[in-house]
Amino acid sequence: MENLIAPLIAAPLLGAAVLLVGGRRLDRVGHWIGTLLSTASFVFGLILFADLLGKGAEHRTLTQHLWTWIPVGGFQADVTFRLDQLSMTFVLLITGVGSLIHLYSVGYMEHDERRRRFFGYLNLFLAAMLLLVLADNYLLLYVGWEGVGLASYLLIGFWQHKPSAATAAKKAFLVNRVGDMGLSIAIMLMFTTFGSFAFGPVLSHTGDASEGKLTAIGLMLLLAACGKSAQVPLQSWLGDAMEGPTPVSALIHAATMVTAGVYLIVRSGAVFNAAPDAQLAVTVVGAVTLLFGAIVGCAKDDIKKALAGSTMSQIGYMVLAAGLGPIGYVFAIMHLVTHGFFKAGLFLGAGSVMHGMNDEVDMRRYGGLRKYMPVTFITFGLGYLAIIGFPGLSGFFSKDKIIEAAFAKGGTEGWILGGAALLGAAITAFYMTRVMLMTFFGEERWRNQPTRSPGAPSAEPAAETHGEHAEPHPHESPKVMTIPMIVLAVGSVFGGAFFSIGDRFLHWLEPVTGHSEGDSPLSAAAVTGATMVCLVIGVAIAWAQYGRKPVPAVAPRGSLLTRAARRDLLQDDFNHVVLVRGGEHLTRSLVYVDHTLVDGVVNGTAAGFGGLSGRLRRLQNGFARSYAVSMFGGAALLVAATLLMRAV
Amino acid sequence: MNPVNYLYLAALLFTIGATGVLIRRNAIVLFMCVELMLNACNLAFVTFSRMHGNLDGQIIAFFTMVVAAAEVVVGLAIIVSLFRTRHSASVDDASLMKL
Amino acid sequence: MSFPLLTATAALPALGAVATAAVPAARRTAAKWLALLVSLATLALAVTVLVRFDPDGTRYQLTESHSWIKDFGVRYELGVDGIAVALIALTAVLIPFIILAGWHDADPLETGNRRWRPTQGFFALILAVEAMVIISFEATDVFLFYIFFEAMLIPMYFLIGGFGDRAHEHGEETAATQRSYAAVKFLLYNLVGGLLMLAAVIGLYVVAGNFSLQQIAEARASGSLHMATSTERWLFLGFFFAFAVKAPLWPLHTWLPNAMQESTAPVAVLITAVVDKVGTFAMLRFCLQLFPEASKWATPVILVLALISIVYGALLAVGQRDIKRLVAYASISHFGFIVMGIFAMTSQGQSGATLYMVNHGISTAALMLVAGFLISRRGSRLIADYGGVQKVAPVLAGTFLIGGLATLSLPGLAPFVSEFLVLVGTFTRYPVIGVIATFGIVLAALYVLVLYQRTMTGPVKPEVSAMPDLRVRELVVVAPLIVLLIFLGVYPKPVTDIVNPAVRQTMSDVHKTDPKPEVEAAK
Repeated sequence: MENLIAPLIAAPLLGAAVLLVGGRRLDRVGHWIGTLLSTASFVFGLILFADLLGKGAEHRTLTQHLWTWIPVGGFQADVTFRLDQLSMTFVLLITGVGSLIHLYSVGYMEHDERRRRFFGYLNLFLAAMLLLVLADNYLLLYVGWEGVGLASYLLIGFWQHKPSAATAAKKAFLVNRVGDMGLSIAIMLMFTTFGSFAFGPVLSHTGDASEGKLTAIGLMLLLAACGKSAQVPLQSWLGDAMEGPTPVSALIHAATMVTAGVYLIVRSGAVFNAAPDAQLAVTVVGAVTLLFGAIVGCAKDDIKKALAGSTMSQIGYMVLAAGLGPIGYVFAIMHLVTHGFFKAGLFLGAGSVMHGMNDEVDMRRYGGLRKYMPVTFITFGLGYLAIIGFPGLSGFFSKDKIIEAAFAKGGTEGWILGGAALLGAAITAFYMTRVMLMTFFGEERWRNQPTRSPGAPSAEPAAETHGEHAEPHPHESPKVMTIPMIVLAVGSVFGGAFFSIGDRFLHWLEPVTGHSEGDSPLSAAAVTGATMVCLVIGVAIAWAQYGRKPVPAVAPRGSLLTRAARRDLLQDDFNHVVLVRGGEHLTRSLVYVDHTLVDGVVNGTAAGFGGLSGRLRRLQNGFARSYAVSMFGGAALLVAATLLMRAV
Repeated sequence: MNPVNYLYLAALLFTIGATGVLIRRNAIVLFMCVELMLNACNLAFVTFSRMHGNLDGQIIAFFTMVVAAAEVVVGLAIIVSLFRTRHSASVDDASLMKL
Repeated sequence: MSFPLLTATAALPALGAVATAAVPAARRTAAKWLALLVSLATLALAVTVLVRFDPDGTRYQLTESHSWIKDFGVRYELGVDGIAVALIALTAVLIPFIILAGWHDADPLETGNRRWRPTQGFFALILAVEAMVIISFEATDVFLFYIFFEAMLIPMYFLIGGFGDRAHEHGEETAATQRSYAAVKFLLYNLVGGLLMLAAVIGLYVVAGNFSLQQIAEARASGSLHMATSTERWLFLGFFFAFAVKAPLWPLHTWLPNAMQESTAPVAVLITAVVDKVGTFAMLRFCLQLFPEASKWATPVILVLALISIVYGALLAVGQRDIKRLVAYASISHFGFIVMGIFAMTSQGQSGATLYMVNHGISTAALMLVAGFLISRRGSRLIADYGGVQKVAPVLAGTFLIGGLATLSLPGLAPFVSEFLVLVGTFTRYPVIGVIATFGIVLAALYVLVLYQRTMTGPVKPEVSAMPDLRVRELVVVAPLIVLLIFLGVYPKPVTDIVNPAVRQTMSDVHKTDPKPEVEAAK
């Protein structure tokens, strides 16, 4: 059965190769080829899943060795895949949500002349992401890790003719590269510490290594996770990444790729368990990001950027949970899966709204859309209820567990982390309610004012059929788009309950990640109660601000915090001033130094010789007799010298 | 006669030749002065041969004469062709090789 | 006596060069085809060398040895180890692509010029360089190596000085001046290096009494040839300086940007992908084998220089406005990695460095040749003159991107394998240097992506709106290189299998073993 792992990756890879190399002749069928191969991958995943379920919990790890990749001395990298419960979970999420989004994109990208290439990139992404979660060693994981980065780069910059998209793509890749640097250093540290970087040898020998080394490895892995999962301080790329087509935001920048950091931390649990300092750093990063993302999400008027802030914040929850150690690993993954459902659903809903609104993304120009897009409204609404943690929906189960686990960490840390998580829940309720109210309720602010299309030559369909300044005619999206939204909504509603009843998810993952119950100072019921209170407060404030009063079409100036939050809490400004400007000055002065100093020394030497020979050549004056004088003079000198030597 | 006197004569001739090379411009005269210097050397060689009772000096004098003859052939040819093209035998006029 | 395969591999392009140069002026196209055929035949011979080479056999194989200058003990000695085989293969693979890419680079400006001969010269010179590079890789006699190491400069000088990009922003006359400046600079730099090496070669003869690499290395290993510490260091420096100029290592690098900027793209590839490799190869073969103690003595300084090259080259690449200069500085950064790998004295570092030489050759060729196609279309080397090319010429942009991604060492493409090996190899012995060098990967992403963004994306500039996409000839050049990049990225084992035994021997020459891990978990 393990021979089915390679085809799982190969199917989308084949799709990418065929679609990208095939050329224009495949333009008419390309999207179906892409969807078919991604679905094939999903089917392979299901078969493997059934196979795993049929085995005992201890035998649920399959490995497939393909070939020896890099053998140099003690450095042995193999192309080996490992399928266990953890990677199986990811495989199903990636291929399942991935296939749905392929289907959605068929409709969403219908009028884009480069649709074939879009599907090629999507398939490339799937292959890389599957490689990431199926790799049996960190170096192969790294290949997938950068592979998804590449796919993300290509897809964010899909509308390359827009300079903003090209810049956003570049930024995403660069920030991710900083994280990748962490992963490379972690792998090097593993090699020097364990003489290997395969999961088996490294994770089973953490007890023998010094804690300093393990902490270093852990921190480097955290840096990698920060880059890929948009955690503070490497979160700045995610907001800009919304320049990509909406299905991309849903698949890559919400459901799958950005959660790779959580996968990395959970997968390396053994390292973190043995390095408490690194674990603490993980929880701090998670807690800071969950608040950071939430605050940013409150201030954005761009629906996708608001959702991006939310993604950041939700991944903050997962990272926080992963940092808690065995108490939290399972819940981090559980939240990851439920988040995959509801956030993908929310993004697809946002895409559907944009589809019907001439690509308008400013929520201040929405309003009252529930009448015009009932399916979108209902699916988006269910996703909304799931994310804020409405009792019974999937977000409720997974988020509640994380907050409980944070308190269970114990001590002051537990109170701080738990408090942050609770506060985050309140803010989540606030900004999501805000999005909901501004988009689907209230007055129809899009009437009687021209829309401005953000990307003028946009390939999105509505912009072509309607003029640039026409009033939008909101309409429901075609079936090919609504069906994936409905499926995801179903997942958002029932996923959490399905996983939690009888602790199904816990029992499934426990053999891989391990699990322990912490001793919480608060009872589970108390935590749930507190969460509910936070939820109600958040919703109430949002209602007071955006439900009762009409929403102004132009954003008010706002408080200092609001203005800072609109600018991503000034992180971009900091980057710009310190890194971009500083870097520009550095490179410019280095170019100058290279030209004047390094090259100057050489050119100076050359010029010196030139000048010297210019002087010397004056002796060649062309007068035979002056040459004769120098000959006689020289001869006389020689004779004199000889005599002098003789005399001495 | 004391052979040293021949050496004095050779030195004198050499000096005259050298001075001539340095101060005259006419190529022919210059040439003759060079010959004068060569012959002064020959005289010195022969004198030394005589003084030391060794034939080496005389042999070298013969060599010098042969070389000088060859040199005259080449040199005069150059001077003649120079004169033909420039209508002047002054060495100062022929300074094209300077940079 | 068996067939002298190594001699044949080097002699074929040399004869081909003569034959190409002798083709009558009017039969220009015939000369091109002749050159291409000769380069392909050389490739066939190189493949034969590759096949006949037994990785598990003796150190030097396919050896040939003849007396040459008896009085000085100079012999015509050839032999290849795994490292040399890999680099000969690289050279033989790249030359046909270089010839094909430069197909029209030396055509007469006005058609119908029946007396135009530079076309023949261009291709003959390329073949001449190939011959000399191959024999430099094969020579196991120090003097023989020296001769071809230096003689290579002559054809390179004419290639740089005689042929440049057709269109130039300052007119043909300025272009000619700048070209000759670049060519003279190239020549002088390398001559100075060569001169010091000559002194060291003579010094080596005085000390050792012959020029045979194998004999001297064996005598040194067995202790029968003793060198005073200071003598060894001076000789080492003489050799190393020449190789560091050629490699080029900071601060001896400034000739490379000029030379690559002024020459045509295929010649630029010839310089950086082929000729420069002789420098790094010679460090591995001559410096380490002949002067193991001095090599270890100089290691800290060399590592720091290599590190500076990596970071400095990358930073300067970010600041360039000229596409070719950017690639040149990127290459300086990559040569830093190669030198670092060699002197890290670990098997990962040295295997990685050898692999790096091969991969860098292919990736730079891909990037630079596509850049050349781009430049020939627009007639400008300035990045600012482009924009939105992706829209009008998607295949060109796509191949350019792949070349760029290879340059930034994306996993899955060949350069990643070698770069990671070099980093790991350095890290195991010098963690701090390894970590700083890792910053290079971020900077590499920066200069590649900025270049791609400025030239290929954004609104289409009016000047590029009519730009044709890649032609068939150009695709034939680029596609195999990309296939190679992917293949060696996914399955580098064929190369590592050849290189590893040679590296093991080099490691034992310098009496070094890999550091042991803290925990023996692999068992």
